[in-house]
Amino acid sequence: MALGLEAGLGDSVLTTKLDAVVNWGRQYSLWPMVFGTACCAIEFMSAAASQHDISRFGAEVVRFSPRQADLMLVCGTISYKQAPILKRIYEQMPEPKWVVAMGACASSGGIYDNYCTVQGIDTVIPVDVYISGCPPRPEAVLDALIKIQDQIRTESVLVDRNKDFKGILD
Amino acid sequence: MNETAIDKIRALFPDIDCKEVKGCIVMEVAPALLEQTMQRLKSYPDLDFGLLLDITAIDYLSYPQPKDARFYVVYTLRNWQKNWLLQVRTPVARPEKGLPTVSGLWGAADWAEREVYDQYGIRFIGHPDLRRILNHWQFVGHPLRKDYDIYKGQICYETDSLEKEIKARLLSKGIDESTMKDINTEMMYLNLGPSHPATHGAIRIFTALDGETIMANVNEIGYLHRGFEKTAENRTYNQIIPLTDRLNYCSAMMNNIAYVKAIETWLGLRITDRAMIMRVILSEFLRVQDHLVCLAANLVDMGGLTNYWYLYNEKEASYDLISRLTGARLTSSFTRIGGMYRDFYEGWEADMAHHLKAIEKGVNDSLKLVLQNRIVHDRTQGTCVLSKETAMTYGYTGPNLRSTGISFDLRKDNPYYHYETFDFAVPVGSQGDIYDRMMVRFEEIFESIKIIRQAMKIVPGGPVFVDDHKVALPPKERVYNRIEGLANHFKLIFEGVKVPAGEWYDSFEAANGELGFHFVSDGSGTPYKLKVRPPCFYAMAGYHEMVEGEMIADAVINLGSINIIGGELDR
Repeated sequence: MALGLEAGLGDSVLTTKLDAVVNWGRQYSLWPMVFGTACCAIEFMSAAASQHDISRFGAEVVRFSPRQADLMLVCGTISYKQAPILKRIYEQMPEPKWVVAMGACASSGGIYDNYCTVQGIDTVIPVDVYISGCPPRPEAVLDALIKIQDQIRTESVLVDRNKDFKGILD
Repeated sequence: MNETAIDKIRALFPDIDCKEVKGCIVMEVAPALLEQTMQRLKSYPDLDFGLLLDITAIDYLSYPQPKDARFYVVYTLRNWQKNWLLQVRTPVARPEKGLPTVSGLWGAADWAEREVYDQYGIRFIGHPDLRRILNHWQFVGHPLRKDYDIYKGQICYETDSLEKEIKARLLSKGIDESTMKDINTEMMYLNLGPSHPATHGAIRIFTALDGETIMANVNEIGYLHRGFEKTAENRTYNQIIPLTDRLNYCSAMMNNIAYVKAIETWLGLRITDRAMIMRVILSEFLRVQDHLVCLAANLVDMGGLTNYWYLYNEKEASYDLISRLTGARLTSSFTRIGGMYRDFYEGWEADMAHHLKAIEKGVNDSLKLVLQNRIVHDRTQGTCVLSKETAMTYGYTGPNLRSTGISFDLRKDNPYYHYETFDFAVPVGSQGDIYDRMMVRFEEIFESIKIIRQAMKIVPGGPVFVDDHKVALPPKERVYNRIEGLANHFKLIFEGVKVPAGEWYDSFEAANGELGFHFVSDGSGTPYKLKVRPPCFYAMAGYHEMVEGEMIADAVINLGSINIIGGELDR
């Protein structure tokens, strides 16, 4: 599909900022890794299904291998038994990577303030965006995705992310 | 109906104290007589308690009335043919000495006793593999003991290797180091989960493979253990309803209904006819939803993505009705003790009729792809067969049990909410393979739609709440204008519904099988103890029996076909 623009450019070279072009690419081709444990994962399924259609935001390539993903969506309660697995999977994802805590449980433990539930996954891994709700509606997942895209726009390829994070398992 | 049962038990066990509590026979058995009594209960032909529903313990440390022993272990048994329900209660003087195991009699006792050990620290002598099940292996103490602080979390640094357990399982199958040397091969160990697309949640399926054939399988659960039972001990009865949503979150409203039904049974509260019919309609609607998700996911695992769109889209559309009705899509918390949170909205009949039609169309479209499909037949027929005996011993209920040919359905065998007046069939399978489990669910969707259509014709008028303000909140106009109304409201919110002291078990046919609640009340507005009998837990306990000897790819679709839901499995 030609826009007619390139005809005027001839063999000339386009210059842009590295950050701008890289971030542009990263924003619209996020590959989510769904770390689904509970009810929120069902709502993520709805976000991916045809009615809400996450592919409109370029993030429909849901990977279940962390090695192929750059956006971790933690959908559901994380118990202390689950926490080391979460950390390990996070570490298996290549840089740069972003994390969304979906729902009350992942963000803060939610209604489960007790002996077995981690009170927010940000005590284990760094989190970029939190989604409220129990469970959040699929629209909220899409909203979080847009927030992540906005955040990526402001980042630089020269700066490492989350270098000094220390969680309870470190 | 229980008249003959209690007479028969009294005649057979003259020394044991028996009484009847809300349709359930309760026997007090001394620890020394436990083994012998359980043996007889299972093997006497005219007793035949083939189904061990649940084992739990109670810690009476802070109970107002003193008891003989701090701990009691309670076994819940059922004879499904005669509709007899029985509980055996045994005092445990010293938990570290414990009780004799019954895992030799019922396979279900294996995991059930492990849970009691994990949560209460009661040992079972002779148990083949007594270790923690819900909490992680680095956990110290027993969280459901009354002296364990609810907020005391314990960090787990690494997962259990399960190496010892899988080796033991291999050995029990007759495969040891020397056979492996003999056939000049090595077992390959493969983990499915705890984070794996095939597990639909967080379960760990650990297999020992010879080529692609599963030689031995050990499973680890508890990754979604959220402390439902401990949290419930710190909430008022109505505050627990949102927690029940999150048990089987694919059919949240059914859990709400099952939970309040259990309390209403104990209170002897008769809800209004309108509320009763509402509950029938909604629970059948949610049963349809649950089966749609299960089948959609199961067929995706098999590679049939089109089925996912046909089935899941109708479910997604039905959320419109549920959110118009309740304000939430998934976790609706729609019931209250004594009625429903709200009445139906205006025009719900048209919406419901539309959704039922759409669901029928979606299911029929999906069946067109599946029913005559050679690939589906080859993959599902005769694979992962569950025999009647295995299903019974592991405490399977619901569609999984019915797929083996046993037509046990609480809606027929122990009807509540006038289910006996509806015209519906209980679909059963013949082989107990994956195909049967899928087809039973497909058929149940049609049967549930039938029930909803019948119920919609007889929805009576009137209120959806009982007019008893000791249990149900008074209308706002009375709260604001009358002192009695204000006092009722205040007391119900702050202190909760006062439930008379006692212990009882009540069950409900949920989408996955028998969902039971065992309550211990001390007379206050907060349950002293609340144990859930989750159908999934027992389905998962027998999973290894189905997959051993099958291929690794079959294990994946088998897990989908028994419909394991993490929230209910691990609570």
